[in-house]
This record gives sequence, C-alpha cells and structure tokens, in this order.
Amino acid sequence: MAGDILLEVTELSKSFGGVHAVVNVGFTLSRGDVLGVIGPNGAGKTTLINLLTGFVKPDRGRVIYKNRDITGAAPNKIANLGLARTFQAMRPYHSLPAYKNLILPLNSPRIKKAAHGKLGDRDSVAIDILEEIGFERDARVPYKLAGSLPLGYQKKLELARCIALKPEIILCDEVFSGLSMAEITSMVPLLEKMVMQGVTLIMVEHRLRELFRVANRVLVMNFGCKIAEGPPLETMARDDVKAAYLGGGGSK
Amino acid sequence: MSAQERRKKRLDRSVKVRSEGLYSLSSWREMAYLLAPRLLLIGGLLAAPFVLDLYWQKVLCAAGIIAVLAMGFDFLAAYVGLVCLGGAMFIGFGGYAAGLLNAKLGLPPVLTIPLAAVIGACLSTVILMPCLRLRGVYFAIVTFMLPLFATHIIIALELFGSTEGITGLDILANHWWEQYVIVISLLAALFGLRRLVTEDVGLIMMGIKDNDQAVLAAGISIFRYRVLAVFIAALAGCFVGAYQAHLYGWLGLSLFAMDFSILPIAATVMGGMGTLSGPVIGALILTPLSEALRGFGQLRVVLYCLILLLFILYKPEGLMNYLERKYHQFERWEKV
Ligand SMILES: Nc1ncnc2c1ncn2[C@@H]1O[C@H](COP(=O)(O)OP(=O)(O)OP(=O)(O)O)[C@@H](O)[C@H]1O
Ligand SMILES: [Mg+2]
Repeated sequence: MAGDILLEVTELSKSFGGVHAVVNVGFTLSRGDVLGVIGPNGAGKTTLINLLTGFVKPDRGRVIYKNRDITGAAPNKIANLGLARTFQAMRPYHSLPAYKNLILPLNSPRIKKAAHGKLGDRDSVAIDILEEIGFERDARVPYKLAGSLPLGYQKKLELARCIALKPEIILCDEVFSGLSMAEITSMVPLLEKMVMQGVTLIMVEHRLRELFRVANRVLVMNFGCKIAEGPPLETMARDDVKAAYLGGGGSK
Repeated sequence: MSAQERRKKRLDRSVKVRSEGLYSLSSWREMAYLLAPRLLLIGGLLAAPFVLDLYWQKVLCAAGIIAVLAMGFDFLAAYVGLVCLGGAMFIGFGGYAAGLLNAKLGLPPVLTIPLAAVIGACLSTVILMPCLRLRGVYFAIVTFMLPLFATHIIIALELFGSTEGITGLDILANHWWEQYVIVISLLAALFGLRRLVTEDVGLIMMGIKDNDQAVLAAGISIFRYRVLAVFIAALAGCFVGAYQAHLYGWLGLSLFAMDFSILPIAATVMGGMGTLSGPVIGALILTPLSEALRGFGQLRVVLYCLILLLFILYKPEGLMNYLERKYHQFERWEKV
C-alpha cells in the first residue's frame, strides 16, 4: 500500500497573459506522503493546485494519477476520481446549518457509487463526519448556521467537505492561515489522523513551523518555478531557499 | 417623537423560530398559524371558479398560465442562477405540439396536453443545452431570441398554417375543466417546486448559483443539474402552453408573443424573487389588473409600468417577502 506512486506530475506550465504562474513544475507523490508546498506570495502555489484539480487547464505538462492521464480533465471528473481540494477563499452555505454543507459531496457520483445507490440518511452521515472532525454534537455545533461559525470551524468544515468525498488525495490551500495557535493545535491531530487512515496530502502553507509537524517533504516554489524539494529541515537550510524567502517579499 | 429617537424593533414569533429548525410544534394553534396562509391560497383558488362570472373565469385561466410561467422563471433565476426569458418559447412549443397532435393525429386533450408538455420540454431543453454554459445576460438574450426565431421560421417555411395558425382544435369539456385544470396544475407546480428546492437537488442547484467552484470540487456536474432545472421549468411552461391551445381551440403565432416572456418577470418582481409563491400572487394581481385597466386603452400600459417601477424602487423585496415578514414578526417602536 504505502509507497506506490499515486501522482506523477511532469513539466507543468501555465501562464496568464504575460504572468508565468507555474513553470515546468514536476514531482511525484507516493501514497501516504504529506507534501508541503511553500513559497512567497504569488509564487504560483494556488495555481498549481488549480492545475492538478482541473480548475485551470495547463499550457503544457502532464498529470498522471494512478496511471491515468488526468491532464486538463473537468474538475468534477477529477474530484470523482478521488482528488479533493479546499479553497483558499471559503464560501460555505452561510444560511444553512453546517451539516447541510456536506450535502454536495455526499451527492457526488463517487459517493453514490461507493454506496451502491443506497445512501441512507445523508444528514446523519454528514453529522457523523462533522463530529469526527471536532464539531461537538452535544453542543449542537453541527446544527449551527455555517455563516455563524468561528473561522476555525469554517476551515474544519472545508476539510469535512473533502473528507465526505472519501478521497485518496486532499489538496489543502492554506488551511492554517488566519487561525490562532490553539485552533491550529486542534487541527494538526486531525490531519495526522487522516494520514494514518491512508489519505495522501498536499498542503500549501505559509505557517511553516506547523506545516513541518505533519509534512514529510516540501516543495519550494518561487516565481512559478520549483526551486527545491526534499525533507523539510534540510531543504529549508539550503541557501537558495533562504534567499527566495528573504528576497521574495513579506512571508514568514 | 422624532425618527432619530426611536426605531422599529422586530422579533420573530417563537413558533416561526421553532418550526424552522429541527424542532416541533406543540399545539393545534401553532399548526393553524403555519397552515393558515397556505390554506388561504389553496382554498381561495379552489373556490374562485364558484364565485367568478364567466368573463373573470377566463381571466383566472390567463392569470394561471402567467403564474406557472412566473414560477418557472423564479425557480431558474433565484435557485439555479439562470435568467430565462423563454416563457414565450415554452408556451409556443407546448401550444404547437398540443395543437398539432390534436389536429393531425386527432388525439384528445387529455393526451395532447401531457404529451405536448413532455415533447415541448425535451425540445426546449435540447435547444438550450449549448447555451447552458453561458452566464448571466447571454443566456437571457438567447432565450429571448429563440421565440422570435421560431416565429420567423414558421412564417418563412409556411409551417403549421403559417400566419393564420390552425383553428378548430378541441376545447376542454366545459368551464369547470378549464379552470380546475389550471388551478390544480398551478398548485401542484407551486408545492412541487417548493418541495424540490428544499431537497438535496435544490440545495445543489442553489450551490451552483452561489458557488459553482465548490460544486465542481464536490465532484458534481454543473451541466447535468442545469439541464435538469431547465427541463423542469420547460415542462411546466409547455404544459400551460398546451393547455392554452386547448383553452381557445386555436394555435397561432401569438403563442410566441413576448408577453409570455415579460409578464412572468413583472409578476415575479412584484411578488418577490425566490419565494415561488410570490410570483403566483404577482400573476394573480397583475393579470386581472391589466384586464380591469382595459378601459384605459394605452394608458393601461403606463399605469402598469408605473406599478412595476414603484415596486422595483420602493419594495424590491416584493409582496411575498414583505407579507411574510409582517406575519412572522412582532414589530414595535422603541426608544433608542
Ligand atoms: N486566474 C488568474 N488570472 C490571471 N492571473 C492569475 C490568475 N490566477 C493567478 N494569477 C497570477 O498568477 C500568479 C501566481 O498566483 P497564485 O495565486 O498561484 O500564487 P500563490 O502562491 O497561491 O500566492 P498566495 O500565497 O498569495 O496565495 C500571481 O501573479 C497571480 O496574479
Ligand atoms: Mg494562494
């Protein structure tokens, strides 16, 4: 199980007008990996996630997932194959209870197929997933309006929407940003638990110290290019990486 | 007391708060409170044929047609994010399909109306399918053009009686049938759609409107749900189109009249977007109003536009949202 190659990315490139957002980025991801993707603002991290999940079509390059070419496939097709993602700018159904926000993934063809058409009570499935991720059922948190939840819960809700898809890979776009230390501390075990259960993670992060608690590898980007890849601490010690962070403007 | 010193305080009635969540009702009184508005509408519509004279009965039928179209417009606009000005197309397709089935194949209205609804809805959906990827105003423009397009094809190719149309179609058995067919289909469409939008399907459609990226990320095809939504609205529209052909025993180019695209929008604005029942109320007010104002000739259109303008400017929430708020909340002035 662990160790086989899930995702193989070669020479992925995308430019918007004259902006080279992602240039020749390639990497492989094995099952059970937690790959941190870091780099200064505007380095192209979100664009990389968009390319992998089909929200943006690449100009060049290949994305192979489980020996299957998914380059440029429709986002909903890719999600159904088991690549779930979070969004940097979250927009839950503000006016609906939190658990109703899981209705979308629970109605996806992927989940319907897994359940052989019998879905049972989706509401209670949704509430179970939320409870697992730290929405206290006794305090009725899953029933609260999504818009009224604190940011920490909204980020967890975003993760829960991914988990509801029963994905193989989750691509997180800055799930830690904007959270307090305490909120991050409650989030890290959740991520660790997901990895234990066999989910592979790609995490775009600016909060490096917290990222390194979960990541076993990092990929450093600057101006759209991959400038380094390897185990976190060694990679961060490299001179070119330090230079990118110091010169790249304003990141922690 | 001047305006600065006091403000209106609004409090939801407790039964409203409780009945919205997962909580339950505790008495017949509360049950009655929630059911009263619905029963008023249902009872009023069912009783109307008994109180109205022959002239106003025809107006009721016309209002019902606009009401169903308006619900379809509201459903697509408020719940799916598609601004569809295709009311005339639905009426036209439904009406022509029913009329032709009746005139050429001799099928009776009991068969032609449902058949034409399905045929017309399939046709509309297939034609609109390539446009479903368009956003906002482009979809609106296409749906507005299609009825014109259909009219000109019929004239140019001299199809289906060309400008004359076809007369002498079977009409409905008697005026009871005429009215109860439309009243019951109106109520069925209203409660069916209201049910649909609270089901998972409805939530997904709302998701497509609010945040299509999240829907895609959940592995759901936006296109499929849009197709489904358009089919549902077209089915309702073509049904009343077919009904209209048999109501007057006649099919012709005026089935593609712009009125069928525009009046539903006016009714929806007046009644309140996103309420589904609002457009019905709007249609039931506007259609008789425009009949009552018939005596004023062209001035009628002016008055009509004025009413709309006033609603858009001063009560953009529409009647239904306004009444709902008044019904569900206490209001009192309090000092600040
Ligand atoms: N849809 C788009 N259209 C045009 N330019 C874009 C688009 N998406 C991203 N870009 C540009 O591509 C570059 C990389 O953006 P991206 O959002 O991938 O950076 P990022 O690494 O995620 O930054 P941050 O850390 O601030 O989230 C930026 O210069 C951005 O302006
Ligand atoms: Mg980003």
